[in-house]
Amino acid sequence: MNTTTTQPSGAGTGSPANEMRRGSLPNHFPAMLLASCAAVVAGILLAFSSFGFLLWGLLTAVAYVVIIATASARVEGGRKAKDRLVTAVVYGCFLVAMLPLVSVLWTVLRNGIVRFDGYFLSVSMSGVLPSMDAGGVYHAIVGTLAITGMATLISVPIGVMTAIYLVEYAEGRLKRIIIFFVDVMTGIPSIVAGLFVVALWMILFGPGETNGAAGAIALSVLMIPVVVRSSEEMLRLVPQDLREASYALGVPKWRTITRVVLPTSAGGLTTGIMLAIARVIGETAPLILTTGSSATAINWNLFDGQMMNLPVFIYSQVRMGGAVNYERAWAAALTLILVVMLLFFLARIIGRMFAPKTR
Amino acid sequence: MAKRIDVSGLNVYYGDFKAVEDVSMTIEPRSVTAFIGSSGCGKSTFLRTLNRMHEVTQGARVEGKVLLDDLDIYGADVDPVMVRTEVGMVFQKANPFPTMSIYDNVIAGARLNSKRMSKSEADDLVEQSLRGANLWEEVKDRLGKPGAGLSGGQQQRLCIARATAVKPSVLLMDEPCSALDPISTLAIEDLIHQLKENYTIVIVTHNMQQAARVSDRTAFFNLSAPGKPGKLIEMGETNQMFTRPEQKETENYITGRFG
Repeated sequence: MNTTTTQPSGAGTGSPANEMRRGSLPNHFPAMLLASCAAVVAGILLAFSSFGFLLWGLLTAVAYVVIIATASARVEGGRKAKDRLVTAVVYGCFLVAMLPLVSVLWTVLRNGIVRFDGYFLSVSMSGVLPSMDAGGVYHAIVGTLAITGMATLISVPIGVMTAIYLVEYAEGRLKRIIIFFVDVMTGIPSIVAGLFVVALWMILFGPGETNGAAGAIALSVLMIPVVVRSSEEMLRLVPQDLREASYALGVPKWRTITRVVLPTSAGGLTTGIMLAIARVIGETAPLILTTGSSATAINWNLFDGQMMNLPVFIYSQVRMGGAVNYERAWAAALTLILVVMLLFFLARIIGRMFAPKTR
Repeated sequence: MAKRIDVSGLNVYYGDFKAVEDVSMTIEPRSVTAFIGSSGCGKSTFLRTLNRMHEVTQGARVEGKVLLDDLDIYGADVDPVMVRTEVGMVFQKANPFPTMSIYDNVIAGARLNSKRMSKSEADDLVEQSLRGANLWEEVKDRLGKPGAGLSGGQQQRLCIARATAVKPSVLLMDEPCSALDPISTLAIEDLIHQLKENYTIVIVTHNMQQAARVSDRTAFFNLSAPGKPGKLIEMGETNQMFTRPEQKETENYITGRFG
């Protein structure tokens, strides 16, 4: 691989020692080839005045894959040619997978930055008419944090304890039944979770009652199965050796779980919980049904009246349809993405703090 | 401190499968007893019944009696957790707790059970246990460092220190040297010689020379065919077992001829 001499594959024949020698393409060959493919394709497309980025990228990729596979097959032989081909395809797939992500982030950033400033983050929409050039998203941030926070407080104990039960205690039929229903719960459409809580609130508090707590319950219905499955995987990763080491010291099972198993898997559990939070923090449908979509003022009380939150804020602004509404929606979308990224950042730090160390 | 173990008519089952059949033996205090035999013959399973660790495996159960001095450890009113504080265990693969420092690993038995202990008591226990495991000189300057950072042989001695720190009367060792190099193995064998002053030691090993070097008495387990339960074939003084075994089967195994 490190040699830069180009040598036709037919050169070394005869003795076994020579059979092991193969020519190889120069190290910089793939990069050069890619650059020249891109240039030539761009030239041809421009000559026919039909240049488009998508077409350009696609044709460049096809030309590159064909040429590198052929060149490698002639110089380096079949196995290396397959390696080059698959490498090119895998990189290509990676780029294709990254495209939508980068595009989404870029679009949100470009459109969101217009209104995204300290003022937007620190004021609510209280007393602001939809078409006025004023108002902000503070009340929605408050709502999102309060609702998601309460959903997390409900889901994490239930989810983690269910996972502990499944991994450490359950056996036989009951275990299979619980796993089955957790899987079913994972597949519940979010709007159904919202309807479930609307119906529940109707029974408990009468018609028309919307508040933040209802939204939190709906979100926790969605969140619990995710927490259970991810925590279960993490607990199963704790080696049986460690449990036995603890039992052999005369430590009872419950202490083994709380003092050995949970600390050992704490990093993984945190990551799993954060992923579950990210899963529900952008949920819109159940929150429109349960928390209402017309609150404009800051409301910290989960049990008193409508509560705005970021996804519903985006939805209702887009519904209004004015230019300033779109700007607010984009800025709120940017805020939501930043909140999620902040949570992930925190999760990484917490995970690292708990991770088992070797030095 | 060291206690005698008396086993009579012990059968071990995993669900419907009988893994060990009708074992009776006496294990003397302040001595080293080695279990030898081919893989799957039930010697590790039997070892784990001596501190009820087999109960960790689902569906495992036992018939028969195991007396620790005068106490039947399978008595209806006996708590398996208390049995394990009396009968400690060292495993094949060194398994220090990855979230704990060397210091915390040694006193894990006390810490995990939330025993109240003053700083000086804890320091003394750690030093005494690590000295007992011939590890003190190597780690005394880095007690706060993670136990998982030690070498394999050091980790295994750390596990022995951890097991002795709860002051058991019996120490079970399940192939403690099988993952170690000869020098670390020698260190552990030396340690076993010292430990038998105070403990009853039972060691499972696949290494016949090791059994001959460390043990006072040897027990040979075998099974008549795959899928059949393992049995105790013969038990006696190690010297005699390795030179004049009474059973043909034992002689074949020890000399490397099978069947």
